[in-house]
Amino acid sequence: MTSVTLEPVRRGFSLAEYLTCLSGIVWREALRFLHQRERFISALVRPLVWLFIFAAGFRQVLGLSIIPPYETYILYEVYIAPGLMAMIQLFNGMQSSLSMVYDREMGNMRTLLVSPLPRWFLLSCKLLAGTAVSLLQVYAFLLIAWFWDIAPPPTGYLTVLPALVLSGLMLGALGMLISSGIKQLENFAGVMNFVIFPMFFASSALYPLWRILESSPVLYYVCLFNPFTHAVELIRFALYGQMNWIAFAVVAGCTIAFMIGAILAYDPSRGLIRRGPAGGET
Amino acid sequence: MTATDAFSDDQNTRDIPSRPEAAEIRALSIDGVSHSYGTRRALIDVGFSVAPASFTALLGLNGAGKSTLFSLITRLFGIQHGRIGIFGHDVARSPGEALRLLGVVFQPRTLDLDLSVTQNLLYHAALHGIGRRDARGRSQEVLARIGLSDRASSKVRDLSGGQMRRLEIARALLHRPRLLLLDEATVGLDVKARADILGHVRQLVAEQGISVLWATHLFDEIGTNDDLVVLHQGRVLAQGKVARVIADAGGSDINTAFMRLTGSAAPDGGQTS
Repeated sequence: MTSVTLEPVRRGFSLAEYLTCLSGIVWREALRFLHQRERFISALVRPLVWLFIFAAGFRQVLGLSIIPPYETYILYEVYIAPGLMAMIQLFNGMQSSLSMVYDREMGNMRTLLVSPLPRWFLLSCKLLAGTAVSLLQVYAFLLIAWFWDIAPPPTGYLTVLPALVLSGLMLGALGMLISSGIKQLENFAGVMNFVIFPMFFASSALYPLWRILESSPVLYYVCLFNPFTHAVELIRFALYGQMNWIAFAVVAGCTIAFMIGAILAYDPSRGLIRRGPAGGET
Repeated sequence: MTATDAFSDDQNTRDIPSRPEAAEIRALSIDGVSHSYGTRRALIDVGFSVAPASFTALLGLNGAGKSTLFSLITRLFGIQHGRIGIFGHDVARSPGEALRLLGVVFQPRTLDLDLSVTQNLLYHAALHGIGRRDARGRSQEVLARIGLSDRASSKVRDLSGGQMRRLEIARALLHRPRLLLLDEATVGLDVKARADILGHVRQLVAEQGISVLWATHLFDEIGTNDDLVVLHQGRVLAQGKVARVIADAGGSDINTAFMRLTGSAAPDGGQTS
């Protein structure tokens, strides 16, 4: 009787393999970020323009009452700082989604998707990597803002970190979900018009919600149902060492919902991605 | 043996008596696979298998469905109908085990142009859970094998087309797969680069026992001892050893056999080998 010896085939993956994969994806995202210095600079310039120019001009126009978490009257610049931090993360999330569409068009995405590790894990790693990059940008912004007299309590720099991680995950997951539905890079301009601008302006980033209620009840409710509003409020409260539980619940819930949506969208058996072959392929 | 016979639930290390189903586990088994894009049917009841340590050419014109088939094998697309197995592991049910045994070179380039040669390899290794130290060793090994050691720290965008392809093959081998898929791997390359890459892949089969599925529309890339699958308009028209396919089709060479089978003219650049 002859025998056939089959090579060992392991089932599942070890924790070390998962961690290696995670570190590899974060490392690649960091390398990419370092190679794109313009991206870092523009990510900083955008909120700084709002802070230095828009807020300076608006300071005299908009009166702010004392609202939580603030315990005294504050400058308008201080008020919009959390909104600008969330804006950095919003743009970063959309930038990540843009790079996913680019990767898909260029073929790089296949390298990721044919990995044997579970696809939900690969997408989660990608999300964590994008969030880590957004944290670097936000803290660089906070450093510059400190010189502009926007100085939350020193412990605020630490207490805001979990809030930034959660809001970064939510906005990154939203970007990932959006990227699954975009077929071509050219369609991405629509994301600016239909996602970024409405989310940012219809929120509490620039004006308190009570101010919006005074001028337009309809817009007030739009802002109230906008998850970005809750991301801003979560950051605002956390920056002053306080917890906004409603904001936390909304942001956490949206993060889970967007992530599940993205995972389903990138699932080959149910997904929205790539219903046809790429150009030149058959 | 039909492709269905090649599926099994558990292929762990063990000595197995010479039962036919154990002895004939196929590197790749495709059974009754169909795929549609909306109303357009790209693949219709496709079935064939690739034997271990063999070179199988998948011959078809542009539009035959080769890339769609590759996307199904690599799980980029979900399998709508039929089954695909890699060394007995069902791609739909055990994708991790199946993809771990698979290396793939896609038709479009999938390298990150902004990263260096080594960084691309390390990234790929990480995606397969291979630790950094081991990955570095393997990278040096595969780069030496494809003659790109001196370009290890070069940006990928600075490589020639042929070098990029060789790097993609090296990358696909980094995690030591047992089945290698190459989709039109020589498209756009000059004659020498094509010959180099084809020779290198054949060497992998001969020396390392890797199974290869080589999708092409060029007749001159097919050797007389190869296994051949002719795919046309989403259907498998013929399969078997090249000589057998030619004889069954009543042709004098691959070119005439292909024309008889498909009623099509030879593809551009197609020549019999």
